[in-house]
Amino acid sequence: MRIEKRLDQEKETLLYSALHKVKNSPGPLMPTLQEAQRIFGCVPIEVQKIISYELNESIAKINGVVTFYSQFSLKPKGKNSISVCLGTACYVKGSQGILDAFEDELKIKNGETTKDGKYTLEATRCIGACGLAPVFSVNERIYGRANVQKAKNILKTNPETKES
Amino acid sequence: MSKLVEVTINDKTYNIPEGHSILRACEENGIIIPRLCFLDSIHEDGNCRLCSVEVDQQHNLKPACKTIVRDGMNVVTENKRIYDYVSTNLELLASNHHFECFKCSREDNCEFLDLLRRYSILNEYSDLYGYELKQTQLNNSSDAMVIDSSKCVLCGRCVSACEKYTGIGVLDFNKRGNKTYVGPAQFRGLEDAGCIYCGKCIQACPTGALREQDDIKVFERAVRDPSKTVIVQVAPSIRASLGEEFGYPVGTNVEGKMFAALHLLGVDEMIDTNFAADLTIVEEGSEFLDRVQNDGVLPMFTSCSPGWVNYLELYYPELIPNLSSCKSPQQMAGAIIKTYYAERLQVDSKDVVSVSIMPCVAKKAEAKREDMGRDGYQDVDIVLTTRELARLIKRRGIDFKNIQPMEPFGDLATYTGAASIFGVTGGVMEAALRTVSEMLDSEAKLIEFKEVRGKENMKEATYHLAGKDINIAVVHGGVAIKEFLEMLKTTDKEYHFVEFMGCIGGCINGGGQPIVKAKDFERIDVIKERSKVLYTMDSKSILRKSHLNPAVQKLYSDYLNKLNQHDLHNLLHTHYKARTAYSEYIE
Repeated sequence: MRIEKRLDQEKETLLYSALHKVKNSPGPLMPTLQEAQRIFGCVPIEVQKIISYELNESIAKINGVVTFYSQFSLKPKGKNSISVCLGTACYVKGSQGILDAFEDELKIKNGETTKDGKYTLEATRCIGACGLAPVFSVNERIYGRANVQKAKNILKTNPETKES
Repeated sequence: MSKLVEVTINDKTYNIPEGHSILRACEENGIIIPRLCFLDSIHEDGNCRLCSVEVDQQHNLKPACKTIVRDGMNVVTENKRIYDYVSTNLELLASNHHFECFKCSREDNCEFLDLLRRYSILNEYSDLYGYELKQTQLNNSSDAMVIDSSKCVLCGRCVSACEKYTGIGVLDFNKRGNKTYVGPAQFRGLEDAGCIYCGKCIQACPTGALREQDDIKVFERAVRDPSKTVIVQVAPSIRASLGEEFGYPVGTNVEGKMFAALHLLGVDEMIDTNFAADLTIVEEGSEFLDRVQNDGVLPMFTSCSPGWVNYLELYYPELIPNLSSCKSPQQMAGAIIKTYYAERLQVDSKDVVSVSIMPCVAKKAEAKREDMGRDGYQDVDIVLTTRELARLIKRRGIDFKNIQPMEPFGDLATYTGAASIFGVTGGVMEAALRTVSEMLDSEAKLIEFKEVRGKENMKEATYHLAGKDINIAVVHGGVAIKEFLEMLKTTDKEYHFVEFMGCIGGCINGGGQPIVKAKDFERIDVIKERSKVLYTMDSKSILRKSHLNPAVQKLYSDYLNKLNQHDLHNLLHTHYKARTAYSEYIE
């Protein structure tokens, strides 16, 4: 099998050992993809090709699963993920403005990753913290009663970089 | 005889065999239920919900295609509630469909349009404020096929057809919700997605979301260009299926009318691909004999079906040495047209437009292959599918049913019975055996090799020729091909000659053939009816062995035998190269 873009050798070995573990169990695709996402930080077509070959599933089908679930991504995600809630309560309280502020500050659009790979910006549905609306989160940490200024300040304080 | 159950449908009682779905029970008893996504034994997921019916006065409507009849069941198929429900579903589907009916490939047999008309759909949602129409995503970079996702209604028939007919699964649903689209992963071009262009998805599509690359306009301009000589060739299986587009029953031979229609379309010369099929057999037969006698690579695989050639190049490139180096009949005919025939007509090869009418989508890509031409021109310039020819005839307003049948007037139109059965699975093998058996053993009187006929997707036989047992096999359809090639790796049995075809049933069921609507697909055995035409032609013909074709013999003595070995090889033989799917890296 020929792969145009060389994958990281170490990560590829990890993927193969993960594949070996689940290969013969029923429904091996989802656990494999979860592992692949963890190992590579994304599931690009080169990785899908390996999985397709090993699990005997078509690439189209694998890509279908990858693009269906938001937990998988085709491009690497940034080290920190910023999610702005656009659920009804937060939206009414102006979370769109916060999202716009992040877009302006980071110079990326919703769903994209900054060039230095530091931040990924995403709009999410309700995260169940409507009492604190509007809400956004950086990695696992949630910031309530937010406003545009707060969002900008957070970026200035340079939130901790997640080890990966 | 299976057990019968008593079912009440619309206040009338019927006895229905156990295990039937409500949809099947109704259709067999003449009750019409609207349906869109259901394709018998191919796609039975029940996701369009247009066949919804009321069962036992339950609150929720049930999909008739998925609900199995039960004794004492009470079904209502038609009332105001169901009518409104189906109408709403259709309105929603229509609101996300890009209507371009004037240029759609399904201009007169669109299953979706039929339903919209039947339910008087107003398409009022797509004009609503704030409604986002699906973005047009056009996948048209391949030479053979186009996916237009804006016309897709996401019924999933093509996805299942690709999976079940070829076993490859090139198409699938991508993304989710209102962003869902059907196509290869990341909507890569089909040429890079491992597609073999069998066209089964086109035939499964109820709308015009999948179609062949349309070459009608190119043809129309060529026949109007006085400086060009348009020479057309017609594949063996076109005459067995073209009639269906004009209301003839499946399995009608329209050879005469087909040539008459081509004449009215304004082509200059007509030849028959059947002639080239005879030529192929002579070349392929000699190649096979050469391999048997000189310890060449065996088993030898036939190379007539471009879908199959694509399959081998993509998925089993290690077996390329087994593939016959002969070009397919289309390309042989093209090569002869541009050289020998152009010379005889005293026109420059560059002024000849070589057109082929094919039952196949993959032929479009085959004609564009690198080594299928010389001196800067391709041997075949335009490939039209059966459907495109039918569209062309209709658009020109030719009254197909009432034209006088005609014989082709190019003299490369003589053919033997062996050539006519090229369009059926087992046909190439049978034709080859007729010639090879006589080459090996001049006493051989065998003409009909019945073991290679029929619909089973893998057929095997052994013939004793000139003191040697020759093991042959006939395989068709992607799933069977894979099964056979995997088996070949492990088996001890020695095969000598194997015929492969990319489509189940062969060319008569090719991806470029007229589309049979889902409803007729269940009732009529299309493959059987169409192949009957070709076998009848064969049994009626006087000459039934390819090498006895006088025109082929004349071609060899007048032209081919005078060429040097190298030129002859370039003219009638080709090369293959290994390919991989998703090979391009896109950032």
